[in-house]
Amino acid sequence: MATATANATPGPKVNQIGLPILEYRGGKSTLCAGCGHNAISERIIDAMFEMGVQPERVVKMSGIGCSSKSPAYFMSRSHSFNSVHGRMPSVTTGAVLANHTLTALGVSGDGDTASIGIGQFVHLMRRNLPMIYIIEDNGVYGLTKGQFSATADIGSVLKHGVINDLPPIDTCALAIQLGATFVGRSFSGDKKQLLAMLKAAIAHKGTVMLDVLSPCVTFNDHEGSTKSYKFLQEHDDPINEVGFIDDFEEIDVDYGSGQIFDVPMHDGSTLRLRKLHEDYDPSDKANAVRTLMEAHENNEILTGVFYIESQKPTFIDQLNIVDEPLATLPQSLTRPPQHALDSLMASLQ
Amino acid sequence: MATGNLTLGQEQGTLSARQRIVNDFSIIVATVNGSGSQSSNSVLLKSIFGMGVPVSGKNLFPSNIAGLPTWYTIRASKDGYVARKRDSEVLVSLNPETAREDVLALPAGGVAIYEEKLNLKQYRDDVVFYPVPIDKITAEVCPTAKLRKLVRNMVYVGAVAQILRIELGVVEGGLRKQFASKQKVFDSNFGAVKAGFDYAQQNLPKQDPFFIERSNQTTGQIVIDGNAACAMGAVFGGVTVVAWYPITPSTSLVEATIDLLKKLRMTPDGKATYAVVQAEDELAAIGMVLGAGWAGARSMTSTSGPGISLMAEFSGLGYYAELPGVIFDVERSGPSTGMPTRTQQADLLSTAFLSHGDTKHPILLPGNVKECFEMAGAAFDLAERLQTPVFVFTDLDLGMNNWMSEPFEYPAKPQDRGKVLTAEDLDRLGGFARYRDVDGDGIGWRTLPGTDHPKAAYFTRGSGHNDAAGYTEKPGEYQAIMDRLARKFDYARKLVPAPVTVRDGRSKIGFLAFGTTDFALRESLDQIEKEYGKKVDYMRIRAFPFTHAIHDFVASHERVYVVEQNRDGQMASLLKLDLPADQVAKLRSILFYNGLPIDARTITEEFAAKEGL
Ligand SMILES: Cc1ncc(C[n+]2csc(CCOP(=O)(O)OP(=O)(O)O)c2C)c(N)n1
Ligand code: SF4
Ligand SMILES: [Mg+2]
Repeated sequence: MATATANATPGPKVNQIGLPILEYRGGKSTLCAGCGHNAISERIIDAMFEMGVQPERVVKMSGIGCSSKSPAYFMSRSHSFNSVHGRMPSVTTGAVLANHTLTALGVSGDGDTASIGIGQFVHLMRRNLPMIYIIEDNGVYGLTKGQFSATADIGSVLKHGVINDLPPIDTCALAIQLGATFVGRSFSGDKKQLLAMLKAAIAHKGTVMLDVLSPCVTFNDHEGSTKSYKFLQEHDDPINEVGFIDDFEEIDVDYGSGQIFDVPMHDGSTLRLRKLHEDYDPSDKANAVRTLMEAHENNEILTGVFYIESQKPTFIDQLNIVDEPLATLPQSLTRPPQHALDSLMASLQ
Repeated sequence: MATGNLTLGQEQGTLSARQRIVNDFSIIVATVNGSGSQSSNSVLLKSIFGMGVPVSGKNLFPSNIAGLPTWYTIRASKDGYVARKRDSEVLVSLNPETAREDVLALPAGGVAIYEEKLNLKQYRDDVVFYPVPIDKITAEVCPTAKLRKLVRNMVYVGAVAQILRIELGVVEGGLRKQFASKQKVFDSNFGAVKAGFDYAQQNLPKQDPFFIERSNQTTGQIVIDGNAACAMGAVFGGVTVVAWYPITPSTSLVEATIDLLKKLRMTPDGKATYAVVQAEDELAAIGMVLGAGWAGARSMTSTSGPGISLMAEFSGLGYYAELPGVIFDVERSGPSTGMPTRTQQADLLSTAFLSHGDTKHPILLPGNVKECFEMAGAAFDLAERLQTPVFVFTDLDLGMNNWMSEPFEYPAKPQDRGKVLTAEDLDRLGGFARYRDVDGDGIGWRTLPGTDHPKAAYFTRGSGHNDAAGYTEKPGEYQAIMDRLARKFDYARKLVPAPVTVRDGRSKIGFLAFGTTDFALRESLDQIEKEYGKKVDYMRIRAFPFTHAIHDFVASHERVYVVEQNRDGQMASLLKLDLPADQVAKLRSILFYNGLPIDARTITEEFAAKEGL
């Protein structure tokens, strides 16, 4: 219906399912002005719009934190579940099992994931549940006013002078090691890279884990912080240039040969990675982890797609679930017939 | 047959002066954990059942995989009593470590059937001794040393059967059923039974008064444990998502569920109409259950006390965000790890209010295996109707032991999927407010994720929300939701299983109990009537919140004894919170909490003491 209107009058630009971008917006953000999380919400809106995702087919899931509040600020036409601190993975698992035809988008924070939620995080990664898991990573607990999180770098300084002397958890290295099938890091300030990664994430079948560096302007954006805008802009070192080509787009060849890594996605689209680091192969798991470990030693902040594997069976494949959502199966399929009970009873007599 | 008659002749000779005790005694089998005695004991139990005699069995096992003492009691009762009996008259002694203690525990005139080498005669002389060279017989019938451990137990089954006059054909029939498709296994097991039977027949003339005699009291009945019954209830109740973390004594509930799902819930093209996840812990299990319930699945988990504690935060979310889900709690003894293989009814109070803030949860309290089946199914209807987590409580005694029962009936009612709006409904209504009480029962309407309508979505959160599911910190809006939740809980009184009036003779004295306490209490009330000439009333509670019939019951009695298996009188406390202030003083408690299932004699004695009888 929206398409028809769009054709008749020069209304707002609509996507391939005929929806204007307005239909992907959410409530007004109550996060601090300039918070990295707001920029990520904007990119999610762009990616969903550009990919032509039906908002009703998406569930937005989150834990607790400033980051976990953000699903209220994009895609109001999607069901959303802001659950409890660190437990978004389990709630999402349940929701996806109940209805695996939906696209699950989970938003978490670095505290929500790497501290209280690390147990559920690692087990989610192992299962390769089809979902997109975004960590909005600011190195602190924003909502409880700026304590260090477990992704803070050694030597990073809080506003009032406290220095972090514990090593950070690299959630990307963990996710790769544990079995996630699309793992990358981006920066809320890098619109182009983040948008391309999100679009590819939507096209991927399996667990996508994106650690998006997302400065907390209120508690961790000062001199001495390794998660400030300034520091990230100066140290962001993309390992590859991420391009996403829809199945309906022409593949434009403007990269030099030998430097391109094309990944065919499930929906017919292509993830195109242009190697910026020599010989970086995002299908090599061990190398991906080693590269990340080395980057820590060299105090580098790598971004880009570190690892992708598009053929691995998902948790849903492994469970061999019927095609229809379990949630709405009719009673005829979920209640065995009378004779089944009768023969059970006979066997117990 | 000729030998059979001869033996009977001998019996009459030795027993002429004594009274025969028929179908009314208890057997205790003392073995070592991990020795495989589970299956032989179950064969013995099913043989007595096969003789038509009401029977119950209880496994008193250690929290250990192999090597520690374990006891199994089997009670035959022509009166149909199935509670634990304090004393057992017949001992089967196979564990050297406890042999002395076990034989000394027998009442005078009792029977000891034992591995000959244990030489129990040295400890006392006022019981009947039947030494059986079990190891020797085993070695003879089972040349393969590896298999001996398995068939060894069947030798005592045979000996016990012969001594108590259980028909060999009945034992054989039971075994045949158990090993239906495995002829070889049947042969070796029955061979051992027969060898034990023959040995007893040829060498052990009957000198004791205990007999199992054919009856017809079990015709048409089934034998099943409560966990398997709950599993069946869930599978026929239409469960689609199961998330769990293993813990004794609830593990076999989910394992039985998985077996049944594999058998009964595959589509013709081989796809599963369910999903089972072994979660990383109970926090994740309940998270998955609530996530699935939110998205419209019939979801469940099963656990015991420690897992319930871990589910606390999520349970509050389930209550406040109004998410369906079913949680089975097969209770065990103790705070912390406690005694994981012993029984108790001690999670009641903590679960009724599980979580922080103003939270409360419906709890269903099945009192037998048939109710396990029925309430497991009903729990899904209730959870979806009330949009809240529903707990189903059993305990180790009910869950892991075998019970006789009427066969279960196929669910008569179609599944109640609760208040769910479709896209067509939304077209007609033009929208909805998720948490608004439009029907006056305190329950709002929900939509499921994926509903194809631009107005279908709403935001689910554990933070303050108004009736349109919007974020709020406004005092009035917050309180309005809390008041509605209270009304919804009150409405639940009408939906939960009503109590059962077991005895109503208009006595001044009433009894209240729930769950497995029922078995012992029924027997105790007969004792009280027989021994003290007092007829008292009894109502069995089957759910929290309490229906008004429970209030009426208390109101119509002068004194009400609440019998339960915990230290602090948790049910009595819960009742006190619910009853009018002037009724509270009527309640008094009879409590039992040593980890064993409660027995009738304990209740009778406590009651007599409290009443000054
Ligand atoms: C069980 C529990 N413990 C503690 C809290 C308090 N709490 C709320 S948010 C938060 C940290 C959030 O940090 P992060 O996930 O990094 O999110 P951010 O606010 O930085 O985006 C904490 C500790 C809570 N909500 N629940
Ligand atoms: S406190 Fe930090 S993380 Fe939270 S909204 Fe403000 S800037 Fe963002
Ligand atoms: Mg943070």
